[in-house]
Amino acid sequence: MLFDVTIDGKNYHLELHRADAGWQCRLDGRDVPVDAVLARRDVLSLLIEGKAYEIKRERTATDLHLWVGGVRYAAELRDPRSLRSRKGVAGDDTGPMKLVAPMPGKVIRVLLQAKAQVEPGQSILVMEAMKMQNEIKSPRKGTIQKILATEGANVNAGDVLAIVE
Amino acid sequence: MFKKILIANRGEIAVRVMRACREMGIASVAVYADVDRAAMHVRKADEAYAIGPAAATESYLNIAKILDVAKRSGADAIHPGYGFLSENSKFAQACADAGVKFIGPTAVSMELMGSKTRARQHMETAGVPFVPGTSRGLDSAEQARQVAEKIGYPVMLKAAAGGGGKGMRLVRKPEDLEPALESAKSEAQRAFGDGEVYIEKAIMNPRHIEMQILADEHGNTVYLGERECSIQRRHQKVMEESPSPIVDADMRRRMGGVAVRVAEAAGYTNAGTVEFLVDQKKNFYFLEMNTRLQVEHPVTELITGLDLVHLQIRIAAGESLPFRQEDISVRGHAIECRIYAEDPDNNYFPSPGKITLLLTPSGPGIREDSGVYEGWTVPIDYDPLLAKLIGYGTDRAQTIARLVRAMNEYFVGGIKTNISLFQRILRDPEFVAGEIDTGYLDRLIKRSVPAAKRDDAGIAAIAAGVFEMLESASGAASPGIPTGNCNGSSRQGVSGWKQAARAEGLRNT
Repeated sequence: MLFDVTIDGKNYHLELHRADAGWQCRLDGRDVPVDAVLARRDVLSLLIEGKAYEIKRERTATDLHLWVGGVRYAAELRDPRSLRSRKGVAGDDTGPMKLVAPMPGKVIRVLLQAKAQVEPGQSILVMEAMKMQNEIKSPRKGTIQKILATEGANVNAGDVLAIVE
Repeated sequence: MFKKILIANRGEIAVRVMRACREMGIASVAVYADVDRAAMHVRKADEAYAIGPAAATESYLNIAKILDVAKRSGADAIHPGYGFLSENSKFAQACADAGVKFIGPTAVSMELMGSKTRARQHMETAGVPFVPGTSRGLDSAEQARQVAEKIGYPVMLKAAAGGGGKGMRLVRKPEDLEPALESAKSEAQRAFGDGEVYIEKAIMNPRHIEMQILADEHGNTVYLGERECSIQRRHQKVMEESPSPIVDADMRRRMGGVAVRVAEAAGYTNAGTVEFLVDQKKNFYFLEMNTRLQVEHPVTELITGLDLVHLQIRIAAGESLPFRQEDISVRGHAIECRIYAEDPDNNYFPSPGKITLLLTPSGPGIREDSGVYEGWTVPIDYDPLLAKLIGYGTDRAQTIARLVRAMNEYFVGGIKTNISLFQRILRDPEFVAGEIDTGYLDRLIKRSVPAAKRDDAGIAAIAAGVFEMLESASGAASPGIPTGNCNGSSRQGVSGWKQAARAEGLRNT
């Protein structure tokens, strides 16, 4: 199979085939001898040129991350023949920006209202989760287009709280 | 001995106490809030009863409901764990009134130690050294000014009912005193319903060192060595160790002696902890007494070889301490790391959610006290402590090496944890040299994170493809492919068959 893989924003061209003796792997045109065993769900044992790697995978609906040797890599995987893709790179930061809840919790205070000017790092609202209060700050300078959160509301991670443009 | 103990807590400490019960042949009763129905402590108990909705005030802090479960289940004792009702003298008294033994001190000594000013007044008469200042709440800004002049700036304002840094203000100059006093008072009033604030001399860059004590109900009190707890963030302990890198045998004897005096002066029974501030000249000052089992008790267990929960239960059942002070010796070194559900890359925001993958370390010198499991959803309603990883070794250097190794084995997927913070601390030259104080962790966090080597991106790319193909070949993730066919489950894909055949072949040789 052919894959276009993006790791930390860099693209790789990957060819993988399962052969009789194991795997045939070409990464950016170079042959790489690979032996692979899925130890359990989301844990892969890879042997590459004698080196052993235990690789862990984290997936959410939108993100894919791979941990190699304690380092976390954001990954995006595309099969060029299909439109299926597994992504994990952040969107661009032009245009209106959504301020999303970094964790599930409760909105306890809304500090600013629509049309307010904000500086980067300025607090827009306060959330509480796990007995801790945390200020949710503006990622950039701009104007608050909309506040979607209401005081006292429970929110999930990823819910849009406000839009800054 | 008790036949059945109710554990009025949740998370890792509830599991810890249940394990002791099981070891001692005592039945355990769990209580749980609705959101904790699937929690580890409910799974591990002999009996479990629902006590209400997620809000702690309606469940884990609800004295009437908990005592009702004790009565219904026939429990003859209650272990409060830490947090929740553990230092609530009304609860201790309510247990006594209901004829259920509270595993901890009496309501009277708890009450005495519950107020910092009252504890100071009492300890003054027992000749315990504490930080110069007032032992009563401040009446006016004028009085505060006079005391501050006498003891010298900088000074610290503290709430008498305080804890967790609330109602606490550092004042460096006279003109800042009055506004600081006002805000400390109103913060204390809001947080504890008690605006009493006192003043003491500020000790700059102190260490926080505490002494574990045990007292039976027959007048015997011993100390079990110190714990260095200087590594804190937002006044919350993150890492603790024993022995402290700066405490030698003589200092331990002197601190232990004071701790025993504090406990005896309060008529204290069961396990307790006397906290000290230690200045840069190694002078130590009484800070407060925690009238419960501490989160960090395992480090003391490892270096003394004692089981503190077993001993708590035995003491509460009326037994005498099975040893004297001279029988206790300290051996080796232990360090505890508190694994919190929080995101080190995003301001340490709490990170509740579903644990999708959990790989836990083991091997020489590693103990894990956990309250979670893979597939469980960590609720947003309680504190973010998931587990404690405790390392033990011959000496401090070996313990650190073991923890570095164990942190590499440790993996929690789906939610964020502070494991990467421990990897930083354990490799930090200042920590390794034992040069830590209560400001250490804030200074470390402010420094930029040394960039990890990211030279395995190509390996990650290959792994991404392999994961995808193994999944599409078998329809779903099929762990353990080499042995997959033996149990008769259907696996597809050429390589799966080949590998299974190869594994079969190996088994037959």
